[in-house]
This record gives sequence, structure tokens and C-alpha cells, in this order.
Amino acid sequence: MAKFNLNINGKTQEVEVDPSTPMLWVLRDHFKLLGTKYGCGIAQCGACTVHLGDDAVRSCQLPVSSVGDKDITTIEGLSEKGDHPVQQAWLEVDVPQCGYCQAGQIMTASALLEKNPNPSDEEIETAMNGNICRCGTYTRIKKAVKIAANSVNA
Amino acid sequence: MTLVKTAIGRRSFIKSSALVGGGLMLGFNWLASCKLNPEQVNSLPGEWFELNGYLKIADNGQVTIMSPNPEGGQNVKTAMPMIVAEELDIDWKDVIVEQAPLNTDLYSRQFIGGSQAIRTSWEGLRMAGATARHMLKAAAAEAWKVPIEEITTETGTLHHKSSKKSASFGEMASAAAQISVPEEVELKAIDDFKIIGTSKKNVDGHKIVTGKPLFGIDTQSEGMLTAMIVHPPAFGMKLKSVDDTAVKTMPGIQDVFTLNVLDDNYERQHFDTCTFLEVVAIVGHSTWEVMNAKKAISVEWEPFETYAEERKPYRGPKQKLMIPSGLENTSDHKAKMAEMGSKKAAIVRRDGKPETAFRNAAKIIERTYTAPFLAHNCMEPMNFFADVKGDSAQLSGPLQKAELTELAISARLGIPVEQIDIQLTRLGGGYGRRSYAHWALEAAVISQKMKAPVKLVYTREDDMTGGIYRPAYQVTYKAALDSSNNLTALHINAGGIPESPLYANRFPAGAVDHYLAESWKISTNITIGSFRAPRSNFMASAEQSFLDEVAESAGKDPIDFRLELLNRAAKNPVGEKNDYDADRYAGVLKLVKEKSNWGKKDPDIKRGVAAYFCHNSYAAQVVDMTWENDQPNIQKVTCAIDCGIVINPDAASNLCEGGIVDGIGNALYGELPFKDGSPQKRNFDTYHMIRMSESPKEIDVHFVKNNVDPTGLGEPTFPPIFAALANALYSATGKRFYNQPFINEMKALK
Repeated sequence: MAKFNLNINGKTQEVEVDPSTPMLWVLRDHFKLLGTKYGCGIAQCGACTVHLGDDAVRSCQLPVSSVGDKDITTIEGLSEKGDHPVQQAWLEVDVPQCGYCQAGQIMTASALLEKNPNPSDEEIETAMNGNICRCGTYTRIKKAVKIAANSVNA
Repeated sequence: MTLVKTAIGRRSFIKSSALVGGGLMLGFNWLASCKLNPEQVNSLPGEWFELNGYLKIADNGQVTIMSPNPEGGQNVKTAMPMIVAEELDIDWKDVIVEQAPLNTDLYSRQFIGGSQAIRTSWEGLRMAGATARHMLKAAAAEAWKVPIEEITTETGTLHHKSSKKSASFGEMASAAAQISVPEEVELKAIDDFKIIGTSKKNVDGHKIVTGKPLFGIDTQSEGMLTAMIVHPPAFGMKLKSVDDTAVKTMPGIQDVFTLNVLDDNYERQHFDTCTFLEVVAIVGHSTWEVMNAKKAISVEWEPFETYAEERKPYRGPKQKLMIPSGLENTSDHKAKMAEMGSKKAAIVRRDGKPETAFRNAAKIIERTYTAPFLAHNCMEPMNFFADVKGDSAQLSGPLQKAELTELAISARLGIPVEQIDIQLTRLGGGYGRRSYAHWALEAAVISQKMKAPVKLVYTREDDMTGGIYRPAYQVTYKAALDSSNNLTALHINAGGIPESPLYANRFPAGAVDHYLAESWKISTNITIGSFRAPRSNFMASAEQSFLDEVAESAGKDPIDFRLELLNRAAKNPVGEKNDYDADRYAGVLKLVKEKSNWGKKDPDIKRGVAAYFCHNSYAAQVVDMTWENDQPNIQKVTCAIDCGIVINPDAASNLCEGGIVDGIGNALYGELPFKDGSPQKRNFDTYHMIRMSESPKEIDVHFVKNNVDPTGLGEPTFPPIFAALANALYSATGKRFYNQPFINEMKALK
């Protein structure tokens, strides 16, 4: 067990856990930030995607000991009122079916647009290909990413 | 307007209304779950009045509508309340939707399954709204001392025209709650619908995009422990011994023990499939600690002997199933199916003289199709929360058949159902998998032993290797054509492990003079369960691929060929048991033909068509693809569907799009092979789930417009897409794809 000071959603928080504990479980079990989802545990499905600094990362493969003083942003911290352009676009297109993967999809999409505000279809596919949607909402996800891109650029 | 008796099979709102006839004031607890804007704060409800089990009205006019069925992505949590709101005649923006808990007194069929939620609740939901509207009108009539017939409603307001009196529903709610439930009520004319048929956003949309804890796996409780199980690594194996010495002292671990999922004397019902009768439970404080213990534990397994299992099926008498011993292999499965398929089997339907027709045929086409076991792979792994204290249990989790799960848990724990409370959480996907809730039993038993609230979570590997799969299937179709290229006979030989996929009375039965359908099955110890459009998902893929090939052989356009057969079935059907409406079936083919510009040829676009009827709805699809770098690139899918009245069109379209993407994914990539009883795929690194780049670029969904009562939508678009895809692949490659997943034979093309 070791103590870690983590910067999560703009706040510094302390946790005492085994250093190998993935951030996914630190977020869910210790900080009760439940929006970040467990899907596969091996960085194959993207349900656990969070931002580490500006990068979209799979929190199930991110040991707490490797985070250091980098900022972590989860779906709960993406925007104060749930009105990030990507979230708004998701609502406009009414993307979700079961909804389980959508926080991860939104975190991947928002990191993409931060770095590439005007992605091509191919760039969207490449960025989003690590996020599985078992319900099959991919065409809507792509549409929402484009709408969000337009609103970011407007 | 239609007058309906309120008593028709609907104990629900009658019983509830009788209970709260005095006007029940309800609390403010709903406030905790929603953020209000200033406008809403200014008009906060003071009192709530429950008019029946489905709805309560506040004095400020806001209406809370309970959504009875669990939500797993079908969007019933929006659609079902829309139906109530329509008949109540209120503004949708004044509606707050709450998920109802399991309550068999108030609601019926709180199931996800068979695409039946809207179909079977349609009348009841309408009556719930209409009854409340009638009670509001009666209250106004009493207050204004005018005949009730002279009272009209308009979006949340009551009017009496000649006296120019009016009142909001909120103002009249208290008095309405005193009115007795009417014997019969008026339902709106379909043409007067204002909410049904207009697209409303998902009521949980904002919660989903902001990551609110909606799912079973998000359940939290004071003092809650986390549990995981260790199950046998292979089908055909059982527990031999556990060495937990190293594990019990690991950080955070509370207990390790074995448990029997079901009691020996328990009489199993249809959905009480339990893959592994005995499992090891590991209980601890945090998920990671339990996961580490799971990796460290040493468990020995041994093969089991053949045993008998009794089960009461969904319909019909009790069945005795033999569960064979042995560690099975996919290669053996294929050989066994090939052998069974080459023999005569049980005849399920026979029309005319098929043998003679085949003898006299000018041309015979025979093709065999196969499909493997599939895992559901819901994104939210199986999980359940249980807090069992003495003789009561608080349960919560993602369930498709909560009513049946409650019965099983009651029997297993020895606690009467009246003492069991089940909250229905949102399902992170279901597709049939969560109808088989052995994991809910496991959670309840663990909580009972630990005397503490417990959340059981399966790892992805536990989930994927835990059984309840789509069965493996095989079907051989044989067609006879006469010298004029008319289809004169059809022979179907269908079977599977462990069930046959055959639907003998579906199209093309009824459209062919000489018809023979045979069925067989092979036992297995691999457990199976409903998987989105059970059996249909395979039969459609094979039948509609085969008809494409027959049409080609007959020199006919594939849509015209199907329409020709459907025309025959409509005008002069063979046999009397055909379970489809040939005109509605033809209707979706005609619509997809028009919407896809079927006649228009583009040399770069390769096309395939298919249609199917299941779960009371008709679907037809056209796949447009290009072939690039030895890969299909699906440009567009056009889908026509007839599911009667569409409640929430954009969400309905979303569900159809999902069925199409899911079908393409499973057709191209889905398979769970076995070696020595062990599933050879355990996680998404090897189990290929369809991803964005492999999905259609565009999906265009069209609904047939009619006033038929609504039918299913979660399943009907799934089965035909397998065949539409296979037929498009043939156009693109010149090769027919007979064995799923198609990726294996696509690789061989390179």
C-alpha cells in the first residue's frame, strides 16, 4: 500500500492503495466516480477511457503509481454542467442505446477534437476504433463527432 | 375514439387506484434525482396525487410516469411513458419519468425479451393514461356541476366550453384522486395522436452523457463488499478442490468459499439455466484486491459424469435433459452436425409430395449453411447487488426477467417473494443474456453467507467463458425448379447444438406446393440461451441467402422472385398454418426496393437484399458495398420495416441501426470456438467485435406507415442483415458465403 496525491477533475485527492491498482478501480471504488466503466480490463474496448493530461487513455491499464502529477479528467469532470460540445452533440443526435460505452466514447471523441478540431471521416474512425459500442451506435457517434467539431470551430 | 373496458386483463392500474382512492400525497424524493432550472424552482410541486400505478400528478401540473419495463437500450423508458402521456393528454415537457421497481401487483410482464414490451403493454399503457384523464374530467364535472360529456381536455388543461370554465390538471389532481376508477374509458383516435409518432429525446440522455451511475455495476451501499466467482475453465468440468490458503490472507480479502448456485431439489424453470452448478466465491473490500486474489487462487477441476436435469420449458410439460459428459471441440461439433444433416430427421411440416416434385425437377439446388456458438458480450459484464438480512432481501441489478429471477432467489434463499425487493437498474446491454440470471442467485447466496451487502461482478473473461451462448446451427436447403424456373419444391433440414433453429411455418412455407421441413438436435454440456432473435438470427441468414441463389439460378431479380412467392402465399396459400402476413411481408420489400433505388445500377456498388419476418414485425434490407483491399466497405444499408405504429421514430430508427450493425458484426466476425470444452476466446483481444471502421457508413431506415397496433423492434432488423450482407458479398466477390463468420472464408479469398 502507498499514498498517492492525484489531480482528478481539478481537485487534488489522496488515496492509499496498492501501487499496481489501475486508475479505473481507484476512480470507481475509492472516489466513487462511477461514470468511467469497466468493460474488458485489457485496454481493448475503451469503456474506461479518461484523459491523462490531453491524451485519451485506458484507465484499466493505467497503474495509479504511473500517474504522478498529471491531470486526470473523467466524464464527470469533462464539463461543469454536462454541456461540453461533444456532450451536446451526443444529445442532439440522441446517440445512446444502452449507454454503457458512451462515457468512454465521449472521452475519446473530446480528446480527438482537442488535438484535431476538424477531423476527416478516416481520422474519426481511427481515433474511435478502440471504443466498442455493442449496441451498434457507430453511425450516430460519427455524426455527433462531426457536429461537435463544427460547434468547436464555430 | 374507441371505448374500452378498463378491466381487460389489466389488474394493474385498477388495483393501484383502489388502494390510493383517498388521494395519496407523495414525497419529494424525486427532486434528488434531477437538476431544476429557475423556472422549475418557481413552480415546484407542492403535493403529488397518484391516480394509478403508472402516474401521479402534482398540483403544479407536472406528471410523473412510471416506466414499468427495464431499460437496456431499446428506449422503452422513453417510449412507454410517451404512450401514457398521449392518452392523458399532457405536454411531454411536463413529464418526469421514473423507473418502476419490480412490482407484480401493479405491472405485468416487466420483461425484456421477444421484442414484446410495446406490443403487450400498448393497451394497458393507453388505458392508464386514459383512465387518469377520465378521472380528471369527472372531477371537473363535479366541481363545475356540468355533465362529464361536456368536458374536454387539451394538453394538460380541462375545459367546459359553454361556461368558459377551465382548470389545469394540477388544479384538479387532488379531486381526481377521489374519483373511482371508471368502468370504461375512451381512447384517442390514432389520427389525434400528438406525442406518439413524434421523436422525443432519450429521457436518460443527459445522465448518460454526464456519466451518472445508472447501471447495476454502479450500485453502491454502506458497508458493501465486492465479490467475484471462479468457475470451471471448461464445459464438462466441475470443482474438485480449492486451496485458498495463499488467498485468504491477501490484502482486503474477507472470505473464500464454494457455493451451490441452485439447491438439488429446486425445480428449474425455463430461464433457470445455470452453467456451473458449483463455483468458488471470493469476497473482499475492493475490486482490484478481489481480482488479485482471483489470479492467485489455486483450484482443481475434474470432468463430470453424464447427468439428468429436469426443467420446465417456457411452454409445455416438464422436460428431462441429459447433460452429457465430455470435453467438446468445435471440430467435432461440425462433424456431428454434418452427419446429422445428411440423415432423415423428424418431420415437422410436409405439404404436397416433395419427393415426387424433386424427382420431376428440371433443376435442383442444394446448399448447406452453418453458424458457430456466439457470446452475447454485453458491454456491462454480468453483475448483481444483494443485501440479504435474515428473512428479507434488497436486490438490485440488470435483469431481463426480474419476476422469474425473484422466484428463483426466493426458492434458493428460503425467503418469501413478499420479503424480496428488486430495483431494476439500466442494463448495459442484454440481447437475451440477462434473462439467465444465475449470477443474481450467486450474489444473493454470497450476501446471505456474508451477512452483508455484496456486489458480485464478473470479469470480462468470466462473462465470455460463462456459457448461455447462441447455439451452433446447421441447415440444408434444397430447391426444385421446373423447366419454367418456378420453385416447385423446398426441403429444409435444420438442426443445432443443442436446439434446432427451424421455424417450419414461416415463409417460404405457404408459397411452395411441395414442402418438407425436418428437424434434429445434438446434446451438449455447453449452455445456451436466447440471443437477439433466437433461431431467426440463423434461419434468416440461411434462407435469404439461399433464395438469392435460387433466384439467380432461375434468372430472376431477387426482389421480384420473393414478391412472386409472396403473391402466391397471399392469393393461394399452401397449408393453413403459415404464420406471416404475405401482404405486409411484400410491403417491406417494395418499400426497400423504392428507397434503395434497387433498379439503378452502379458498377462500383455491389448490392444484396434480404427480408424476414419475426417478433411480429417485417424487415427488408439492401446492403450497398464496395470491395477494397480484399475487404468489404459497407457504404450504405437501406432498411424498410413494418412494426405497425411507431411510438418514437428517431429512437426506433436508432434501434434498427443497432440491429443492423450488430448483425453485420456477428455475420462477419462472431464466433466462440471450443477446444477440450474450453472457450477459445476470453476477451476482446481475440473476440472480434465490430468497430466503427467496419460499420456501414450510412444507415437509412424507413417505416411502413399504417395504423396497426405496434409490434416488436429490438430483434426484427437483426436476422435479415446477415443474408443481405452475404448476398452483397457474393455480388462483390463472386463467392457465396455459407459458413459464419464470413471473415474466415474471406481470408481464404486473398
